[in-house]
Amino acid sequence: MSPRRTETGGRIDRLRTIRFTFDGAPYTGHAGDTLASALLANGVTLFGRSFKYHRPRGLLAAGVEEPNALVTVLRGEVREPNIAATMVEIYDGLVAVSQNRAPSLAWDIGALNQLGGKVLSAGFYYKTFMGPVIGPLKGTRFWMFCEHFIRRAAGLGKAGTAPDPARYERMNAFCDVLVVGSGPAGLMAAKAAADQGARVILADLEAHFGGSAHWSGETIDGVPAADWAQRTVGQLEGNDNVRLLPRTTVWGYYDGNTLAALERVTDHKETPAKGEPRQRYWAIRAGTVVLATGSFERPLIFPGNDRPGVMLAHAAERYAVEYGVLPGQRIALFTNNDSAYRSAVALKKAGAAVVAIVDVRGDVSNEMRRLASEAEAELLAGHAVVATEGGRALTGLKVQRFDATNGALSGDDRSIHADSLLMSGGWSPTIHLASQAGARAEWDPARQAFLPPRPTQRWIGAGAFTGSFSTAEAIAEGRAAGLQAAGGSASSAPLPIVEATPGDPDPAPVFEIKAKGKSFVDFQHDVTAEDVRLAHREGFVSVEHLKRYTTLGMATDQGKNSNVPGLAIMAEALGKPIPEVGTTRFRPPYTAVSIGSLAAERFGDLKPERLTPMHDWHIANGATMYSAGLWYRPMIYGLAGETVEQAYVREARATRESAGIVDVSTLGKIAVQGPDAAEFLDRVYTNMFSTLAVGKARYGLMLREDGLAFDDGTTWRLGEQDFLMTTTTANAGKVMQNLEYFLDVIWPELKVTVTSVTDEWAGAAIGGPKARAILFSCVTGTAVDNATLPFMGIVHGRIAGVPVMICRLSFSGEMAFEVYSGAGYGTRVWEALIEAGKPFGLVTYGLEALGTMRIEKGHVTGAEIDGRTTARDLHLDWMLSKKKPFIGSAMMDREGLISPDRLQLVGLISLDNRPFNGGAHIVEELDEANPHDSIGHITACCYSPALSKYIALALVKDGKARHGTRAFVSDPLRNRFGPIEIVSNHFYDPDGSRMHG
Amino acid sequence: MLITCPYCGPRDVIEFTYQGDGNRERPQPASQNLDAWNAYVYDRLNPAGDHNEIWQHSGGCRAHLRVVRNTLTHEVLSTAFARGGHKTESRS
Repeated sequence: MSPRRTETGGRIDRLRTIRFTFDGAPYTGHAGDTLASALLANGVTLFGRSFKYHRPRGLLAAGVEEPNALVTVLRGEVREPNIAATMVEIYDGLVAVSQNRAPSLAWDIGALNQLGGKVLSAGFYYKTFMGPVIGPLKGTRFWMFCEHFIRRAAGLGKAGTAPDPARYERMNAFCDVLVVGSGPAGLMAAKAAADQGARVILADLEAHFGGSAHWSGETIDGVPAADWAQRTVGQLEGNDNVRLLPRTTVWGYYDGNTLAALERVTDHKETPAKGEPRQRYWAIRAGTVVLATGSFERPLIFPGNDRPGVMLAHAAERYAVEYGVLPGQRIALFTNNDSAYRSAVALKKAGAAVVAIVDVRGDVSNEMRRLASEAEAELLAGHAVVATEGGRALTGLKVQRFDATNGALSGDDRSIHADSLLMSGGWSPTIHLASQAGARAEWDPARQAFLPPRPTQRWIGAGAFTGSFSTAEAIAEGRAAGLQAAGGSASSAPLPIVEATPGDPDPAPVFEIKAKGKSFVDFQHDVTAEDVRLAHREGFVSVEHLKRYTTLGMATDQGKNSNVPGLAIMAEALGKPIPEVGTTRFRPPYTAVSIGSLAAERFGDLKPERLTPMHDWHIANGATMYSAGLWYRPMIYGLAGETVEQAYVREARATRESAGIVDVSTLGKIAVQGPDAAEFLDRVYTNMFSTLAVGKARYGLMLREDGLAFDDGTTWRLGEQDFLMTTTTANAGKVMQNLEYFLDVIWPELKVTVTSVTDEWAGAAIGGPKARAILFSCVTGTAVDNATLPFMGIVHGRIAGVPVMICRLSFSGEMAFEVYSGAGYGTRVWEALIEAGKPFGLVTYGLEALGTMRIEKGHVTGAEIDGRTTARDLHLDWMLSKKKPFIGSAMMDREGLISPDRLQLVGLISLDNRPFNGGAHIVEELDEANPHDSIGHITACCYSPALSKYIALALVKDGKARHGTRAFVSDPLRNRFGPIEIVSNHFYDPDGSRMHG
Repeated sequence: MLITCPYCGPRDVIEFTYQGDGNRERPQPASQNLDAWNAYVYDRLNPAGDHNEIWQHSGGCRAHLRVVRNTLTHEVLSTAFARGGHKTESRS
């Protein structure tokens, strides 16, 4: 038998023994134990070391609010730090280790920090490291020296570095009523709503539904409360309209009654069942939420209140009743309210000796006096605990006479021998979710607690959450809330009868006993009452500032224990009542949430890959692929032993000498159709499209509303009311959205529809002196001679039996054609063109050669239409129609957009015969040591096979006026400096004779 | 946040793209009033409270909607097609 396990009692399965290790030592527990209850049963008192002072700490609580007993759970290579031992269900093979200690929990070198307690007070880091530099041991440099040691010494568990192999899931759920919390209030609400036929979700962060019913010792409907809870859960389980989510923490309350929850599906299992995720993230959209989240017991603030063995009263009661574990053999209680008396009786019944009940109130009711004698405890009314004794475990405490009206201590202190001290500082409703939902908590002076405010979203409170701390009230409010949430009418049917220990729910307004020694407010962050007062003396008045300066409530428990006592001490220091000091707003998450559950299946590369219809052909034929936005496009079709530059130079040269073919399926394609399509295009493009003949294409330029260049491309008139617009690959989505916006919002009177048809068409551009001959040899159903297919003409024919649309237009500067076919036939047409091109020396070319030829021609792409350039900057002002307004026409002539010193498009030639880099700056004066006064930058560069030179396009200040002058490239990052000549961007065939044929 | 699309019903906000302040008045296309154009292109209201906004159901039917939304509570008060018709009121 474990040293602290009771002979009988508890809701654990004593027939099943579970083996686990803690800090390497083997332990046993029973099914139903948490790591906390199992270790406590084994006589473990020391669970962790505190954050700052490395003080020994034991269990404070039994539930989710535990601040001290944080452990790291190891599963294979994966370590999950900072989990409350109270929330870890033990399983065979569980491996847990303590945190923030070196070399061991019992012997911790960091505990020396306690000696420096005065130094490490609130604001220590700000004062020491952020202040002005006075002497050698101050300021940021000192911080950089010390940081390594401080980070090692302070803090919590260490995260692992091994990848997490666990699987996580996301679920979306919809319900009429979400009930959060499954104590008597939550169970009644779920039952009432389910009986109305509502779709109900009941979520509780504990492993078993029932909440306080498991350990209250009360009777409901004539049976023990725990049995009543089990029976009610059984009734809910049978309902198709009820979803029960145990081990599920609702951690976020968002707009539109959307709540986030984390279900720990298999954390309590030795091996998950097949297909089970480790955790599941729930996004729940609830018609109405019933908040039945209960309340937290508050610690009292007195010297030594953090010593192992000092515990919350209800937590001890829970360990005794639910787990059959006594926190000590000689128990003392310290309270400011009635609820601790019930705990005393419960512990007495479980087999402990209750040596004393220390009550700050001088006036204790007869009912409570009766309970004290039932517990066989000495009642010390009008007394307070002023010190505790012991090391890794409590050995005793000292009490003194106390006046609750003024906080004065008097008389000699008296020692009491005890190995466990239970405290109760009153109860705070768990209003976190209501606070997250956007409402401000209201202070209730009777309850000495912040109560939930009027709802700002669709939720209804029930039970202790509303400040109604008795089970009878919880049951009544729960049923009413469930009925209301489900749209039912109030019921007059009798409620289950509760037999409970009586007690006044209102505590005495005593939060702190001021005596000599460290009194902890925030156990996890080691914030003492004196730290709070220090913050006040240093001028902090707002609770938000207090919180940040002292870090009160900022640890992983988010102030679940410390919030109200901290505010009370601050209010006293300020001489203001608590409601005037206010409270901080709670924010999600309520408890720690694993990143894995948020990501779920969304990890790795999430972007879709867009592949052209000819993708497989490119791969099979030696293309090196390149990602361009979401698309994958051939970069080069390299031959064995070729460098990238050798490959693209060969491809571009062959295209200009005979013919080349490139996959252009990625171009954005938008069908613009309807009676007003031509008028719409006139408004959208800077140039005219209404004058375009059917069967012809035109190059078009779009501006943004602010007058800057937006996108360019050709648009083909396929019919009177039928246009096919092409856009740049990168801007396809943005152009589409822009067109939709104007049709929907600005010009709804236009009868036009736009449809994205990018994926419907496969496109191949074939260019070069032999291009027409190749088409001639494979196209049927139409002529392709100059008369039938002039520059910018469109014909319809067939290639390999497949219907195709051919437009004669050129990006490469050669005589060139774009051949479009249905996407499903793209490869067939492409292969037919390749076959037809063989006798003519046709090469396939990729993006590099495409870019090279466009640089040689001086065409612009997204690198030049960069959101800062105007049509004039790019020498496209010939496209700006003066006959009609268009998008951007009113704004494009603003002073700053027509100023002569703007960056303009130019060509550059490398005079030292070395390659350029994109982004390199252009300077008039070369100063490698101290580069300055950039006059522009390179947007695109390549080796030009046509010119046999390294060339670039650039945007240069007043560029046109600089044609024929020299300057320098200055690229300090890549150490590339050298002379250049500035020339026109039209390097090659400036009069277009090659493409016009 | 849920936005009720008149075609698709109440949908999560991730399906929508914010397309700007719905109070802007575009000047007549031929207008040369630069102040009016400046106001249209650059001025945005940023009220703390009810706001007229344009949203596109870009992950759905792609219609542009006029949405009245409270910027403090994120409550969507009404939605309607920007082209007109099919207004949905949802003030609770």
